[in-house]
Amino acid sequence: MDIHEYQAKELLAGFGVAIPRGGVAYSPEQAVYRASEIGGARWAVKAQIHSGARGKAGGIKLCSNEDEVRQAAKGLLGKRLVTHQTGPDGRTVHRLYIEAAVPIEREMYIGFVLDRKSERVMIVASGQGGIEIEEISERSPDAIIRSVVEPAVGLTAFQAREIAFALGLDSAQVTRAVTTLLGCYRAFRDLDATMVEINPLVATTDGQLLALDCKMTFDDNALFRRPNVSELRDYAEEDPRESQAAEYGISYVALDGEIGCIVNGAGLAMGTMDLIKHAGSSPANFLDVGGGASPEKVCNAFRLVLADPKVRAVLVNIFAGINRCDWVAQGVVNAVKELKPGVPLVVRLAGTNVEEGRKILKDSGLELVTADTLTEAAEKVVAVLKASSSPAGNGKP
Amino acid sequence: MSILIDERTRVIIQGFTGDKGTFHGKEMAAYGTNLVGGVTPGKGGKRHLDRPVFNTVKEAVREAGAEATIIFVPAAFCADSIMEAADAGIRLICAITDGIPAQDMMMVKRYLWRYPKEKRSTAIGPNCAGIISPGKAMLGIMPGHIYKRGTVGLVTRSGTLGYEAASQMKALGIGISTSVGIGGDPINGSSFVDILQRFEADRETEAVMMIGEIGGPQEAEAALFAKQHMQKPVIGYVAGLTAPKGRRMGHAGAIIRAFGESAAEKVEIMKEAGLTVVPSPADLGATAARVLGGLSKRVAVAT
Repeated sequence: MDIHEYQAKELLAGFGVAIPRGGVAYSPEQAVYRASEIGGARWAVKAQIHSGARGKAGGIKLCSNEDEVRQAAKGLLGKRLVTHQTGPDGRTVHRLYIEAAVPIEREMYIGFVLDRKSERVMIVASGQGGIEIEEISERSPDAIIRSVVEPAVGLTAFQAREIAFALGLDSAQVTRAVTTLLGCYRAFRDLDATMVEINPLVATTDGQLLALDCKMTFDDNALFRRPNVSELRDYAEEDPRESQAAEYGISYVALDGEIGCIVNGAGLAMGTMDLIKHAGSSPANFLDVGGGASPEKVCNAFRLVLADPKVRAVLVNIFAGINRCDWVAQGVVNAVKELKPGVPLVVRLAGTNVEEGRKILKDSGLELVTADTLTEAAEKVVAVLKASSSPAGNGKP
Repeated sequence: MSILIDERTRVIIQGFTGDKGTFHGKEMAAYGTNLVGGVTPGKGGKRHLDRPVFNTVKEAVREAGAEATIIFVPAAFCADSIMEAADAGIRLICAITDGIPAQDMMMVKRYLWRYPKEKRSTAIGPNCAGIISPGKAMLGIMPGHIYKRGTVGLVTRSGTLGYEAASQMKALGIGISTSVGIGGDPINGSSFVDILQRFEADRETEAVMMIGEIGGPQEAEAALFAKQHMQKPVIGYVAGLTAPKGRRMGHAGAIIRAFGESAAEKVEIMKEAGLTVVPSPADLGATAARVLGGLSKRVAVAT
């Protein structure tokens, strides 16, 4: 789960990380009030969407008076921001963060990630900040400092000092950097984060060390024990179909192809997508109905897939282990009767209770194409798609 | 031979009396697994599925000689159950549970390393379908009848793709020595390399099929291992060629974050390492047949 910059800053400040003064605003009036509360003569008005590179997309405005703050807020609220992380549709700005502008002397990068190679928390730091870490590692891979944390002990002060000195900080700043690094690590550990990033971490001309932009991502599997984190979820930032799927207990990712997929198991779901591509078409989605799929859950899976207007055929591919083919078949029959898909349907069942499942499909008298093997399923779905798109076909255009 | 389990292995279930423990306990026993009991704290002294229930894993080891465990305990408490099994001296721990926090697994792995190598448990999973040595024993949730006993070692992240591979092979008359699900989480008990090492040493296994997916470094590490340390042929498949970058595909670990984590890159690394790569999931069985065919030819030439 991702959160907004201002939320990450509030959390990290609670762990001793120094941040500029700031406050959240939902309207131009609130933005102006926040600026007067913060004081000073220069402010940054920052669009809050779950994406980096907001500056480049015009989502961050520097302002020198109340009127500029109001105008910037007016311009940003409701605007769609497109960055390389949001996709071409972009994200609409609903919240702003108003922050005191600080005199920057130099920008640095620090990040904490769950490193899958060492299976530990790894700190990645660089004396160059303000640009993305991928770019830093491409431009000057030697400029990246890496340090792995021993989980039984946690981040040690000496490790934090080593990183701070490697960043080229003077001794007064080193102490502040150690506080920041230890604070980030504790936040990572205590809140079950999978990523904490400060970019840039800035040294100011008046001797402060401040987190200017922060990003945090959390482990979805640990949210059950982090209610203070899960309440930060912003549903406006999520694809509504994916939120709906989560409610059904189904994992779903929208893609841009034309064949809707209903599969059990994440691996087989990805394999099915690849198979469709291999057969010359493209998948409209990733969908894993999970284990123990009831007829109702299968019907809900159809609801999700058919809600996508790009879908021109549906492939159901179930290899039942803990699932039961008869339940899945019943779900398919219910879905066709209730939702009247209007697109051709290919069903491949295998595994537990497969004979019962096939019988249910056959006895339903519905117009379904069935397949026994994966190869057959792929060939048939591409064939029905072609038949329905040719002028002689009787499928939905 | 086979790896990890056979018909003699004394197995217990943690989370024995729950729905999942009960259902899969019956299936495993029916398959012929030597199921000697189970653990549910607070229900010790009772009998379940005609076998003893213990309060602690240590009791199960002492009273029933447990050597291997399969864990169905809910995600929030699963790490604790794995550590309890390790502390009781259980040799093989297989965690089926999906949804364990990544930091819990980090802690579990650190905990396993407390023990000297000869006493250290082997952990498999979490978020996996388990282990089966066809015709001998099943420590998992797979439909046992789709596996034929034979000479291909199978190691997969995904449960269902493993079923797919096993049934395609069975349809062509090809059998499996042992199938191991290492699970779809970012941090798992055993890696592809750990399992490849065991297959290379197993006399019954002639070839190995490795089914990976997007995300993480383990497929690439395994390809390199196969190139440098294995005599037996390795067949590789990577799911997720059509998966977009930065999106999680169901499994907690199935996400492309860094260079080398996409399916296309992993396939490239496997090819460079000399593995036989399966082009499509519909060709898992046919590719295994081709590789085994090549082997018997090699044997024929040698004799």
